[in-house]
Order: sequence, then C-alpha cells, then structure tokens
Amino acid sequence: MIGNLDISILQQLWWIIASIVGSLFLFLTFVQGGQTLLWQVAKNSTEKALVINSLGRKWELTFTTLVLFGGALFAAFPKFYATSFGGAYWVWMLILFTFIVQAVSYEYRKKPDNVLGEKVYELFLLINGSVGILLIGAAVGTFFTGSNFIVNDFNQSRWTHPLMGVEAAFSLFNLSLGLFLVFNARVIGAMYLINNIDHSVAPELETRLRKACLINLICALPFLLYVLGSLLLMDGFGVDESGVVSIVAGKYLANLLAMPQVLVLLLAGLVLVVWGVISTSFLGGYRGIWFGGLGTVLVGLAVFFTAGFNNTPFYPSKADLQSSLTIYNASSSHYTLTAMSYVALVIPFVLAYIVYVWKLMDSKKIGQDDINDSKAY
Amino acid sequence: MGEIDLGLVSWSRAQFALTAMYHWVFVPLTLGLSFLCAFFESIYVKTGKEEWRNLTKFWMTLFGINFAIGVATGIIMEFEFGTNWSNYSWMVGDIFGAPLAVEGIVAFFLEATFFVVMFFGWDRVSKGFHLFSTWMVAIGSNLSALWILVANGWMQFPTGMAFNPDTVRFEMQNFWEVLFSPVAIAKFTHTTSSSFLVGSLFVIAISSWFLMRGRHIDMAKKSIVVASVFGLFSFVYVGFTGDESAYVNASTQPMKLAAYEGLWEGERNAGLVAVGALNPAKKPGDDKDSFLFEITIPKALSLMANRDTDSFVPGIDDLVYGNEAEGIVGVDKKMERGKQALHHLTAYKEAKKSGDEAAAQTALASFKVDQDYLGFAYLTSPEEAVPPVQTTFYTFHIMVYLALFFGFICIAYLVYSLKGTIEQKRWLFPLGIASFFLAMLASQAGWAVAEIGRQPWAIQDMMPVGVATSNIAKGNVIATFWMFTALFTLLLFAEVKIMLNVIKKGPEGSK
Repeated sequence: MIGNLDISILQQLWWIIASIVGSLFLFLTFVQGGQTLLWQVAKNSTEKALVINSLGRKWELTFTTLVLFGGALFAAFPKFYATSFGGAYWVWMLILFTFIVQAVSYEYRKKPDNVLGEKVYELFLLINGSVGILLIGAAVGTFFTGSNFIVNDFNQSRWTHPLMGVEAAFSLFNLSLGLFLVFNARVIGAMYLINNIDHSVAPELETRLRKACLINLICALPFLLYVLGSLLLMDGFGVDESGVVSIVAGKYLANLLAMPQVLVLLLAGLVLVVWGVISTSFLGGYRGIWFGGLGTVLVGLAVFFTAGFNNTPFYPSKADLQSSLTIYNASSSHYTLTAMSYVALVIPFVLAYIVYVWKLMDSKKIGQDDINDSKAY
Repeated sequence: MGEIDLGLVSWSRAQFALTAMYHWVFVPLTLGLSFLCAFFESIYVKTGKEEWRNLTKFWMTLFGINFAIGVATGIIMEFEFGTNWSNYSWMVGDIFGAPLAVEGIVAFFLEATFFVVMFFGWDRVSKGFHLFSTWMVAIGSNLSALWILVANGWMQFPTGMAFNPDTVRFEMQNFWEVLFSPVAIAKFTHTTSSSFLVGSLFVIAISSWFLMRGRHIDMAKKSIVVASVFGLFSFVYVGFTGDESAYVNASTQPMKLAAYEGLWEGERNAGLVAVGALNPAKKPGDDKDSFLFEITIPKALSLMANRDTDSFVPGIDDLVYGNEAEGIVGVDKKMERGKQALHHLTAYKEAKKSGDEAAAQTALASFKVDQDYLGFAYLTSPEEAVPPVQTTFYTFHIMVYLALFFGFICIAYLVYSLKGTIEQKRWLFPLGIASFFLAMLASQAGWAVAEIGRQPWAIQDMMPVGVATSNIAKGNVIATFWMFTALFTLLLFAEVKIMLNVIKKGPEGSK
C-alpha cells in the first residue's frame, strides 16, 4: 500500500516524521534546561537532589530521541547525514561530547569514589544544557543561513570552511536561535520541575522555579524576536522545478504565507509557550509544562516545515548553491522510504507505552522518599 | 574521487576502533547482565523471598553503573558513520541507515522507558509490572544489538541491494534479505550468546570474590547457581554459533577464514590448526613455510568450512592470485575489471552531464558488465586484499582457547554448586575471578577477528576503507582521537572505581 505512493510523497512524509522527532527532542530539552537551572534554583542538597532526581528519570528519553533523530536522518536523508556530519565535523563532535558527559553524570554524581567529584558532574550537566543546546540551535540555524560545502558528481561532499562547522556559531542569526533554544529549554525545564516535584519538601524551590520560568522567557524574547524578524526579512534559498537553486528575496516569509497552516503552528506554539509561563509564574499552576511543551513542539514543526517545504532546500550551501540539499535530492530510495514507513507504523505504540509509563511513574511526585532511596541520583 | 590520504584513513580507523572497543567494554555486560537481573527478579517474584529482592537490586546497581557509560560511549557510534565515514554514509546509507533507525524506534525507547521503572519503580508500580519492565530492558538491549549487528552483518556480506549509477550509491532492494542474511543471523546469535557468557562470568567472578572473603555467602552461592546455568547454556550456544559463523565465512568471506586459520595455500582435506605459531616472514606468493610449528586436526577445516571433509578450502594465495583448477578468480583480474567499471561509470556521468544520452547508455551497458568489481578499482595491488594475517590468526585462537576455558569454569561452578561444596573449592575462586577479565579479552578478540579479518574492505568486495572516509583534514581526526582517548579512559576509570566501591559494600541486608 505504502509502496504505491509516489516517491515525492514519501520524501515529504519522512521530512514530516523527522520534523516530529526533532520537535519532540526540542520539547524534551526541558531536561537540559533543568540542568542549567540547577545551580540557580537549588540552594541546598535536598533541593539539588529533588531537581536531579526529577530530571534523572527523563534524561534518557531526551538522549534516545536525539539518537533517533540522527538515525531517522541517516535512513531517510543520507546525503544530509553524510554532508553535515562529515563536514560540520567540529560542531557535531562538540555536541556529542556534551551528551557523552551528560550520560554518566546522573548515575555517577553522588556515587562514592566517582573520581571527579560531585561538582564536576554537575558542571558536565551545565555544559550539556548550555553549550550542547546552543550548538544544536546554531546547527538548525544553518537550515536558513546556509553552510559551506560542495557536493561533486559522485555525491561526495567536502566542507569548504576551515572551522568545520563551528563557523555556524558566529552567525548572529544562528547564535540567536541557539540562545533562544537555551532559554526556552530553561523555561520548560522550570515548568517540568514545578510539575514533577513534591514541593511540600522544599517550598522555596517552587518559588524560585516560578520566578525562573518568567525570567527565562524574558531572556528568550529578544533572541526570539531577532530570529523571527530576520526570518521574515532575510533572503532565503529557493529551488525551481528544474532543480536549480537560487537566492530568493523574502523566501521564508513567502513560505509562511504560502503555507498558512505552518504560520498557524508557529503562532499557536508561541502563544502556548507564553500561556504556559503565565499559568506557571502568575496563576500558580502546575500544568504549564504541557502548554509550554506542546508549544515548543509546534514551534519546532513550524521551523522544520519552513526550512524544508515549498520548494526550499533545507540544507543550503553558501559555497555552491547547486550543491544545496532538498528533501528530494538528499533522500533514500523509494524502496527504503517505503520499508521505513512500515517500520514507522510502530511509532504510535512506542509513544503509547512511553506515555503510559510516564503517567504511571509520575503519578506520585518526586519527594523525600525518592531522594533517600538507595538508587537515588 | 581524489587521492586517498592514507594518514586520514589510518586515523579514522584508529578512532573508530578506539570508540568501538571502549563501547564494547560495557555492551556485553549490559546484554548478559540484563537477562541475569531478569532471572533473579523472576525468582524473587516467584518465591517472594526478600534475599532474592536484595540480590536483584545489588546486580541491578552494577548493571546501572555499567549501562550509563555504555549509553555514553554508544552515542558516538551512531554519529561517527557520518562524521568520519561520510563517503561510506552516502554510498550505503540507503541500506545501512535503515537498521540504525529501526534500532532507535523499536529498541532504544524500550530500554530507556523501562529502565526508569526498573530502577525507580520498586515502590511505584506493582511487582508484576516491575518484573515486566526488567524483562523489557533485557529484551530492548538485545533488540538494539540485533539491529546494529544486522547492519554490521550487511557490511560483511552485502546483500539485498543494487548499485544505482545515477545516484552513485547502493540501494536496498529487499529488506528481508538484509535482515535475514546468514551472516546477520550468525553475527547476532554469536555476539549475544558470547555476551551472555560475559555477563555470567561477571556474576561468577564477583560472587567468587565474596566467597573468598567469606562475605555475603548465601547471596554469592545463589548468584553462582543462576549464572553458571545461564553461562553453560550460553557456552554451548556460543560453540554452535561460532561454528556457524565460520561456515558462513567460508562462502562469504573466504579471505577472512584463510587469515584466521593461517591457510596460505588452499587444500582438500584441510586440517584445522589447534596450536601453531605463524612464520612472521611469510608473505603472499612466496614459498616460505606458513608456520614455525603447528598441530592440526586432520580434515576438520574442510568439515567446518564446507560440511565436507574432502572439500577444497582456498588459501590466501589462491584468493589473491587465483586458482583456475578450483575456479577462483584472482584479485588482479578483479582489479582490472573494477578499473573498467570505474572508467565506464565516469564516462556515464560525464555523458549525462553533457546531455549525450546515446554515449551515456553505451557507457552504462559497459559499466554493468563489470559493476560487481567496482570496489576492486581502488586497490593498488592484489596483495592489498590480504588482511593482517598474524593479528587475525592469534586473536581468533585466543578467543577459541578462552571460550573452552569458560566452559570449564561454568561446568565446575555448576557441579560444585549442585553438590553443595562450592564454598570449599577455594582453588576455583581465582580462576572464576580471572574468567571475567579473560571473557572481556575474548569478546574484544572476537571483534578483532571480525573487523581486522575483513580488511581492506569497509563493505566486503564493494568499498575499501580508503574511499569510505570523510573528506576532512587528518588533523581533525587526530584531535578527536586523543579527546576520546582521554575522556573515555577517565570515564572508564570512574566507572571501575564506583563499581569496586559498590561491590565492596555488597548487597543490602546481607553480610
């Protein structure tokens, strides 16, 4: 059945699937946001233990979603995987290093004889939550600002900038997107902690988290406005029917106008995030994370759809426009996309058991018992 | 395609080997210990006895410490195909990427989701659901191994695909052929069963240490019974799957088989080298003796390779220079045809670019005649097709000798446990403790056979490692190589120290 679909439909379908996974990852960066809040909101060992143990029950989901995002891009858009990872070498390596150190930090931080000491593992978490997310934002920013690579007739790519990807972080747009993601992660991190911790143990932590939620939204706003303003005004990359890529004035504004549903996703997402903050910081609510989380997913989808649809190369090359990658020239074959689509039918079941276990485990908030448990982080 | 930078190739291989070997320090333990934890907890749920709960929690703590660093070292493996092997990623991403994505969807989330319940759900969910979660972690861990080993198996025996000259890549034609290729099945079963053995020996080693010190005796004895039974089953399974792997190698990677058997000249009724020392001066095509000394089991290699004692097993020289009598085409002839294929492919691409469709079709027809040999175009000499024979031979034999030793350990521990005299067999404990470290060595040696034995190919007969790397300056890879060395060594050191501390303390509620 799926095999009868035209390859262009499958390519679009897989861009949507990759976008959903990427957007869910952005939602799950509440873990990284929470990590960066640790030193700010937790003032004693009990508060710290509550925050770490709350985040520690979710860090693997974020981590796994990132891995799946990489795997999905490899399977569905191998030319992007080969070009970006093999060229923007340092930016990806630095991102990976921050996730490597994160993975051990929860388990090792409080264990006796952990060699590096508690503070170093906490520093690892801070680096992961700040540098890691900043660089991911910068990498996503290159979907709009372009990268420096050329692809030859054999579809082999070569990076042309000596900084091998780190140059992305020196673009104001990319940097702003990265910083927005860092602050947004802190906003939803605070919302998650409000929702997940039994604050009767540490009432002051709750107050600080509610404040942090608002402050970080305020910090995020200038970067968000800069990104949105630039996106609407900047020249973008377009591809015509014959596959020729060119610079197009106001391309991303045109994309949003041509795809009003994407504009709706973007606006609805932003409203939901702001409502999440209002409900958390002003109305004393505990469910802000669901608004902020859904809002983040919608904004993420809008970003990826704007980058990839409406005749837009999602990974444009500044060094050689015709080397730019579109969802049509970077994808796997019809057969592979079909086979992968059948596999993707499992995703709803995966989501279902994740939601079930999440609800089951979070039915009781993280409290004193949990931080005194022998398995506690 | 530009000039091949051998320095870049070597450093890229070194980095991949380094990260893979570090990752593989932790993975076999995860695969084996996850099932052991499930067994221990099943007994707890069945009997309701508190000591089994404490015992389960103790092994789970060690599992968790190991699991964290396994995850940490694993993420780089997923992305390293892109960062360091980007040409490879493009050429075979259409096939290789799919198993990695499936691994993420069906296996990693299973592990990640139920790991939380397994560790933090003791007082939050029912006994039954907790046990279910522990089993899900074990199944998820081993499912993730399935998919990555399917991917690796495909590299050893590329099947279910065809080359597309327009996209200049290999494209999947049959998902089921990739999934159920004989190499993939042999690889998955042999790797997981050997990991079960590693996990069992880990439990035996630590329990032996407790018995030596006269501590946690009841817990240690209980753990040994379960681990030695699981270990013994795994040992038998490892033997069968190892034999199957060799049988599959004979038809899919005869050069690898010849290398790990030190077989330079093919023969009928070929004997299996039980013990031997290779002649280090031996080179392809010369007349020197292959071994300084050897003891062989007559006809056993022919039997293992072809299930026929009279059959011919090709040697390294037959495969490099050809053997007309046995119908073996030499590498030199394959290189000639590979160069023709590359020439016609280049002509096809140029004709397409200039819009000369007639010339393109002529070039394409010529390309198709020799396309199966395309990978050989990149070899510089026939002898380049020979993997490092010494390393492959010795790592293979170390692995086999150690496997036999592990069988002895599992049997001895099980027999004395059943007799109820295990506590008195103090001579066995140092061997039991050593067996875990030797199991780690054997496990690494197994991968060395698999990966060094298939050189120079990234994908058997299709793509040598020299053309698979990313097009980046060598200095970048050297820098990240040392960064990984420093970071992983530090994390390994921390892991070992933490584990030792937990082991010293022992399980709760036990003395």
